[in-house]
Amino acid sequence: MIMRWKKLGKIFDPTQHSLPNRCQEFAQSPQALVLRDRIRVHFSTRERDSVGKYLSHVAFADFSRDMKSLISVSDQTVLPLGGLGCFDEHGIFPMSVCADGDRLLAYTTGWNRKVSVSVDASIGLAISHDEGLTFQRHGAGPILAASLKEPFLVGDAFVRRYGEVFHMWYIYGTRWQKFTENAPPDRVYKIAHATSVNGIEWQRDGRHIISDRLNANECQALPTVIYLHGVYHMYFCYRQAHGFRVDSDRGYRIGYAYSADLENWVRDDSRAGIDVSSDGWDCAMQCYPHIFECDGNVYLLYNGNEFGRHGFGLAVLDKII
Amino acid sequence: MFKWKKLGKVFDPKDLRTGSWMHEFAQSPSVLVGDDAVRVYFCSRPAPSPDGQYLSYISFIDLDRQNLLNILRVCERPILPLGKYGTFDEFGTYPVSVIRNGEEIRAYYAGWTRCESVPFNAAIGVAVSMDGGETFHRLGDGPVLSYTSDEPFLLGSPRIRCFAGRWQLWYVAGKQWQVIDGKPEPLYKIRVAFSDDGIHWTKHGQDLIADRLGEQECQACPDVTYRNGRYHMFFSFRDMRNYKEREGGYRIGYASSPDMLKWKRDDDLVSIGLSDAGWDCEMVNYPHLFELDGATYMLYQGNGMGREGFGLAVLESEAAWG
Repeated sequence: MIMRWKKLGKIFDPTQHSLPNRCQEFAQSPQALVLRDRIRVHFSTRERDSVGKYLSHVAFADFSRDMKSLISVSDQTVLPLGGLGCFDEHGIFPMSVCADGDRLLAYTTGWNRKVSVSVDASIGLAISHDEGLTFQRHGAGPILAASLKEPFLVGDAFVRRYGEVFHMWYIYGTRWQKFTENAPPDRVYKIAHATSVNGIEWQRDGRHIISDRLNANECQALPTVIYLHGVYHMYFCYRQAHGFRVDSDRGYRIGYAYSADLENWVRDDSRAGIDVSSDGWDCAMQCYPHIFECDGNVYLLYNGNEFGRHGFGLAVLDKII
Repeated sequence: MFKWKKLGKVFDPKDLRTGSWMHEFAQSPSVLVGDDAVRVYFCSRPAPSPDGQYLSYISFIDLDRQNLLNILRVCERPILPLGKYGTFDEFGTYPVSVIRNGEEIRAYYAGWTRCESVPFNAAIGVAVSMDGGETFHRLGDGPVLSYTSDEPFLLGSPRIRCFAGRWQLWYVAGKQWQVIDGKPEPLYKIRVAFSDDGIHWTKHGQDLIADRLGEQECQACPDVTYRNGRYHMFFSFRDMRNYKEREGGYRIGYASSPDMLKWKRDDDLVSIGLSDAGWDCEMVNYPHLFELDGATYMLYQGNGMGREGFGLAVLESEAAWG
């Protein structure tokens, strides 16, 4: 199968709205929650703290169910940051919501600042009973953290339930490496998979599930999965480990893999059916994809240039060949 | 009543006449009894960096089994390098607890990393030796016991045991960071996890030991022994405030249990006091018990959390086990 997407352009610009928590720019990793009368898109935005460093906060924008009009933007805190010394003290980015009966489970990636390397991350859980307006933490600590074989940077969880099993796709760090003498260490991370019967306690597969396209230092992030026409389709983003902020050719692109059984994935980016534009908001980078379905349409939310500093855009699935 | 007779200081790296990588500190002793020697693993530190920060490494000494105050050998170099960039144990390995497992020896230790908003964090790692305990290698770059919903940070003070055919890991879990006099101070309590292989752990998820100093009591170093049908835990405790001096420093506590889960605390059963002068006149803590040739010994660290080394005491009467 080959996917064909029709780009609908940038649909949300954070600088055009007043956001809670003093957030100014960035609307990163948009993730859709389909509600009865609207589509709620949670994303991460940023404030500058007292020392000038970023703190990522979760906010949301509500769209009509045809995604053609913006209804409103969150004006209160969706989920406060973690307490002193906690895994999510310095940011929550991204947050992925999964419906579970009459409640919503949100899988967060919490960030905390370190000394020798810039940050670490773990996956947390928060629960909503008000359609995603607010979430309450399941606990002060993470539900998926570093382990013997996954030493740091555990994040980017995307959870869906197939049958009786919760499936989580996530990433974990494999190494921090200095690529040049004067550069700070860069990180390498890969996509992995875990399963759960209750969405809280997880069994990890313990392997990379997506083969590298660039090289062994390829960074793979933000997997999103949808089941269409008898096949599981995964979109994610990937980039070079070093120089990705300044050189567009080394920056994030959209990757694609498919699977018949949720175990074995075949990577084939040539079937993704979407790439950077020749100019405009997504000409230098595409990242943080999120696929969802509503009223017979399949949509792809994603960020463009500068990791979503200027907002997110939308594409609609035109056809599958 | 557990009445301990002090036998004196065993080891302080500052007393070494030959040069050593160990600058000061001999902390958290943990014993492996051999045919001729008693090997004591512990943690020591090279000189601090110019800004006063320390790294902590695992070391050992061999003691003469016939005379435990006679040191036969001092470890020439750390038995395990520190962790790689960005790993949980990049800045230190302390404390340590060792155990034999067939042909291998396993070391469980707390690994230290440095953070921005709080000074540090810790998680528990495991390393294995296949050469009789001379050198160890990690089973993975990450921790073997890591953070969970209700144990958000600071997993430390591991003590590894195998009772009743299963593995137990006693440890402490951080509850809270509280800013006291402008400085973040951690609060932590004793917990336990169980395992069939020492690698995959199930946390019990409850604080085990009732507070004696109130909610602000920090508990550490849960050293568990099985004697006369009961489990006995010797541990350390202090208030989370003003603990650096003699007055508020770690003291030794005691609790016993029929099943490893329900513990009855009774610190008054322990009798080992501060000396009038010398290396253990301000602190006696981090107890580690072992049996040898019919007697029960306790290794413990002295002043400055082991900055002045560790020493030995012997239980005066085995009737204490009840």
